[in-house]
Amino acid sequence: MRTEPTFGDPPSTVADPGWANTVPPTLDPQAAAAPLPATPASTDAPSVASDKPARPPVAQPALVAALRALLPPHALLWRHEDTTPYECDGLTAYRERPLAVALPETEDQVSAVLAACHRLGVPVVARGAGTGLSGGAMPHAQGLTLSLAKFNRIVKVDTRARTATVQSGVRNLAISEAVAPHGFYYAPDPSSQIACTIGGNVAENSGGVHCLKYGLTLHNVLQVRGFLADGTPATFGSLALDAPGLDLLSVVVGSEGMLAVVIEVVVKLTPKPQVARCIMASFSDVRHAGDAVAAIIADGLIPAGLEMMDKPMTAAVEAFVHAGYDLDAAAILLCESDGTPEEVEEEIVRMEQVLVRAGATRLEVSADEAQRLKFWSGRKNAFPASGRLSPDYMCMDSTIPRARLADMLLAIADMEKKFALRCCNVFHAGDGNLHPLILFDANDADQLHRAEAFGAEILELSVAMGGTISGEHGVGAEKLNSMCVQFSETERAQMFALKAAFDPQGLLNPGKVIPTLHRCAEYGRMHVKRGALAFPELERF
Amino acid sequence: MNDTLIGLAERVRQAAAAKAILRIRGGATKQSMAGVISDAATLDMRGYSGIVDYAPTELVVTARAGTPLVELERVLAERGQCLPFDPPRFADADGRLSGTVGGMVASGLAGPGRAAVGGVRDYVLGVLLLNGRGDLMHFGGQVMKNVAGYDVSRLVAGSWGALGAICEVSLKVLPMPVATTTLRFDMRQAEALECLHAWAGQPLPLNASVWWRDTLAIRLRGAHAAVEAAVRRLGGEVIPPDLGNAFWEGLRDQRDEFFIEARAAAEREKSALWRLALPATTPVLPSFLDTLIEWGGAQRWVVAPAEDTLVMHRAERAGGSAFRVTGGVGDGAGYATPLSPALLAIHKRLRESFDPDGVFVPGRPMRFSS
Repeated sequence: MRTEPTFGDPPSTVADPGWANTVPPTLDPQAAAAPLPATPASTDAPSVASDKPARPPVAQPALVAALRALLPPHALLWRHEDTTPYECDGLTAYRERPLAVALPETEDQVSAVLAACHRLGVPVVARGAGTGLSGGAMPHAQGLTLSLAKFNRIVKVDTRARTATVQSGVRNLAISEAVAPHGFYYAPDPSSQIACTIGGNVAENSGGVHCLKYGLTLHNVLQVRGFLADGTPATFGSLALDAPGLDLLSVVVGSEGMLAVVIEVVVKLTPKPQVARCIMASFSDVRHAGDAVAAIIADGLIPAGLEMMDKPMTAAVEAFVHAGYDLDAAAILLCESDGTPEEVEEEIVRMEQVLVRAGATRLEVSADEAQRLKFWSGRKNAFPASGRLSPDYMCMDSTIPRARLADMLLAIADMEKKFALRCCNVFHAGDGNLHPLILFDANDADQLHRAEAFGAEILELSVAMGGTISGEHGVGAEKLNSMCVQFSETERAQMFALKAAFDPQGLLNPGKVIPTLHRCAEYGRMHVKRGALAFPELERF
Repeated sequence: MNDTLIGLAERVRQAAAAKAILRIRGGATKQSMAGVISDAATLDMRGYSGIVDYAPTELVVTARAGTPLVELERVLAERGQCLPFDPPRFADADGRLSGTVGGMVASGLAGPGRAAVGGVRDYVLGVLLLNGRGDLMHFGGQVMKNVAGYDVSRLVAGSWGALGAICEVSLKVLPMPVATTTLRFDMRQAEALECLHAWAGQPLPLNASVWWRDTLAIRLRGAHAAVEAAVRRLGGEVIPPDLGNAFWEGLRDQRDEFFIEARAAAEREKSALWRLALPATTPVLPSFLDTLIEWGGAQRWVVAPAEDTLVMHRAERAGGSAFRVTGGVGDGAGYATPLSPALLAIHKRLRESFDPDGVFVPGRPMRFSS
């Protein structure tokens, strides 16, 4: 006889109430006073990513009427000129205006807004600072953008437990600043840390330049509290080191706002190292630089940071920051050690020895904090420096095994010729995460097309080398096609099913991260036929 | 594709078609914790064994589920690397350390180094998973930074078979520490906890801690200079390396005196051994028969009278959870902190999506009822 010891109940299915178009009448006098938007929303089918048929879209007046009853007037935007600032995130090439933008101020409002959207079948896209680079926070044309900007409070700093409880709209750097007087910091440091929020970091599982030693967002977060798609509160993880059941925190982190809306995060704090010193090493050949990275790891060293820049990138940042970079080097490595003075002394000696053995042509060790920051200034300014070289650039974000770094640089050099576009390279070499910056002029349609094809080729080569299409920026709207290359149909179907387990109606950030079967089929067909890619269904500039 | 793998997938498809159930088995070292259902047929993963890929300079190893854990650790040690989270290697009925890589990931158990270096899921980079439909699926990969799609590979760590059978796993590995020193202090529990919180907030190479019966032991790991400086600063009695290492290994594998006594008492049906996961700063929880504290206060093993029904309640009130490892009364509800209704609903739907026919019997830590 078959025993059914666990999870034995049939799956709870959410019946479609079928009232998506029956707009509940508003009884709010305020709603009656102000004129409601008259134009119905576009009747295009929503681009919900799952393969199941979507409900017909809800008209803007119906959504606004429902939300007006739940939010103060200043917390709801729907007029054209008010929603336009929200039409894109850091990936400005992808734009869409939402039906409305809600800026709730209390948790009850968030829950109520989610419940209302759930009832109406309206997609919800949560948004932090909008600094993401893959279009993860790009609005849904038939949906609501849920800005968490007002949740910007540091709730509690517990130095004894080494944790900080912060609302999702708190900026990454603000956490480190708040705990600095106690001798702590929050370790993950994405380059947008001055602006990006912890909620966005949780959504993207953000990294930074210190991941090899200190881990990603996932490794520095204990608990995430928020709401499910229907407005039900949920807590993932715990203040202990584990919680009963499956480790749902590990999928919520990095889920790009598709599983839950994050309201509050408990992060781990790291004691500030007493000392940090950085070695800047020049190499006359990219292969030597790539091999030096492997040699450092093989020697048992885990640098606090290990970054690589190629010659064009070095030239670009030197012109920008004047830090005295070696302009003759084919590649520059920045290798950092942090810890106690004794520890750093010991590690720096070992690092120098390895780098010299690996063929470094010039070595400089930071003598003080000012010099260390100077070494980093160029690397930290790689993006704005590239912005001065070209009207536009496209930043890629794949990860490959470290041993293939030089192969990838050489392959990119060939692609520059093939696509007749320049590319500058900065790598988080320590963890194999690449950020090639493809330079182009978006006003030239052909250049844009070539830049996209260039980027897609880098991603495909990364997968072929045993890597992944995104190391830290996320898939968002940008890399949907490349997901078809990395995952099989069965794997993608399982990911859809995972989303449905959290969000049965598929309303949280639909259309992102996981491409539909149809889309992948299209991509495969185009790919074979034309040998080049395009995103015909997506609006451009 | 490998014939063994094809065979495993076929077994699962047949079981699903026949509405039969399967019990996933590795080294059979965690059967008492898993709570084996004796009438289930076995899906034995030991035949799918071996290290598929190991690149020391990538800090990544990929191994098949049936690979003995001791074998994996031996191969890593040859290249000066290790699994820093100290996964326990329980002995099987014949006393052999027969645990497998698959069992390590499925159970998600970590040892003394957990609080300092992270747990199993923090080192899982990718898996090849066989779900309840007999589909083989890759999630994650072989690189450290990877945000393509949902991170199913980490969800599999500690899933006790609820999502499927782990066939292969890619793990991040780390260099073995250059220097290790064990220090011992005579301290009451409250004082030990206070010291551990204070030390953890400082840049010290504190890697592991344990308190039992008024003795605190800590393990320092890192660069020579850092460990030596910490020894000078913290004082205490330096334990000779052989003795120190043997002690931590015993603790890691739960072969040390505390666990032997606690299990023996549980077998005599006098008491139960509970594992409490708590916020590290939870104050002393009084009046247990015995207490052993690890992870700077975040993991507490307690021995309580068999009929004590309040252990779980006390852990939950402190913001943590409890799991009754062995002994006590009854095997139904009451051995583990339940899930909230919202999370239980997600668990049920996840289980339904990975294993719609309920082919796999998950281990006891993953059995929840409404």
